[in-house]
Amino acid sequence: MAINNHKKLVLGAWIAAIVVIAAFFAAAYALSGGPATPVPSPLTGVYPGKGKKCVAPVAVMRRYHMQFLLHQRDLTVHEGVRTKRFLLTNCVDCHADPKTHSVLGKHGFCASCHAYAAVQIDCFSCHSPHPERVTTAFADDLAPQHSRLAEMVKATAITQIQSDPVDGSQ
Amino acid sequence: MSIDRRQFLAVGGAVVASAALAPGMRLIELAQARSPDQAVSNLQRWGMLVDTTRCSEGCSACVTACNKENGLEQDIRLDIRPQWIRKVTLRDENTGYVQTLPMMCQHCEEPPCADVCPTGASFRRADGIVLVDRHICIGCRYCMMACPYKARSFVHENLTDQRAEIPRGKGTVEACNLCVHRVDEGRIPACVEACNADGGKALAFGDINDPASDIAKRLATQQSAEIRADLDLNTGVRYQGL
Repeated sequence: MAINNHKKLVLGAWIAAIVVIAAFFAAAYALSGGPATPVPSPLTGVYPGKGKKCVAPVAVMRRYHMQFLLHQRDLTVHEGVRTKRFLLTNCVDCHADPKTHSVLGKHGFCASCHAYAAVQIDCFSCHSPHPERVTTAFADDLAPQHSRLAEMVKATAITQIQSDPVDGSQ
Repeated sequence: MSIDRRQFLAVGGAVVASAALAPGMRLIELAQARSPDQAVSNLQRWGMLVDTTRCSEGCSACVTACNKENGLEQDIRLDIRPQWIRKVTLRDENTGYVQTLPMMCQHCEEPPCADVCPTGASFRRADGIVLVDRHICIGCRYCMMACPYKARSFVHENLTDQRAEIPRGKGTVEACNLCVHRVDEGRIPACVEACNADGGKALAFGDINDPASDIAKRLATQQSAEIRADLDLNTGVRYQGL
């Protein structure tokens, strides 16, 4: 009998414990306000870009985009090399949110990730976060003169993207 | 159909002539249209020729075009607003003769701004355009003091709505860059374009190292002068009629 009583007590303790734990989770669920939210991601609500794919594999861009930009900036400023592939304006043209026309703001392509990683970017205190056609009030004046070279540059950029494998050595 | 000896020689001569011409034509084409992945070289030197006799006192088409092209029309106090090109009025005190001219960075071969720059931000590009690399400019403004032409400006305030091709920002020095973004595309600076369209056609732009260019031909055959020639800076901008 004593053994039976002991078994009943243990069973009762288990049931009580399960009830208490269940009550705890029920309370936590009720307090949290519904189904569990996913882990916050810097990419939530961010416009990925209008192109089909980036100028380099996504993993490479995430790791090395700043090296590419720094390398390109020196080439452009000092040597006049204006290949489009890693040009900041090219990034902005593709990644600017069509609603805000910007890579900044809460869901901006650059700003959201940098806010998440707590890395401050100074690029856009000088560089425009908007695609050129939005900032330029007189884009129409420029368009006809631009076209020939724009086509040439575009063609170069596209062939480069297709032919150059990126190994992060640039 | 047969061809006689005379016809054969004529056709043969034409073929030889075109074969001889073609490489030369290609060379000229290559010299003018640099592909975007090619670095600038000192084979070219961009320069400007200002004919002050055609520059009228009331006209400021070049200044307006520059401000518009480079996004300088910002809401900044007038006394500190950056200015890349300005009209200067000269008056002969003895005769009262008045003339005006546009004044901007003279794109010296030996730029004093680059000499004094402590970080190397002021530099002369291989093709003669004097620039500021704002990425490494610390805003010390030594270059502004060194420039004999008062051509440079300092950005005192935060800027917004810069043009995508013309990044500019607070704390750096800037000046005329001969519209380098346009020159790299094979176009001419905005001031020259505006002067030829709306002004007195006083400005000419081109490669002064290319003997075939209009500007080089004019420089070779007509009088022109540097401003402050005594400083021996060999400026890329030269003036006529001073």
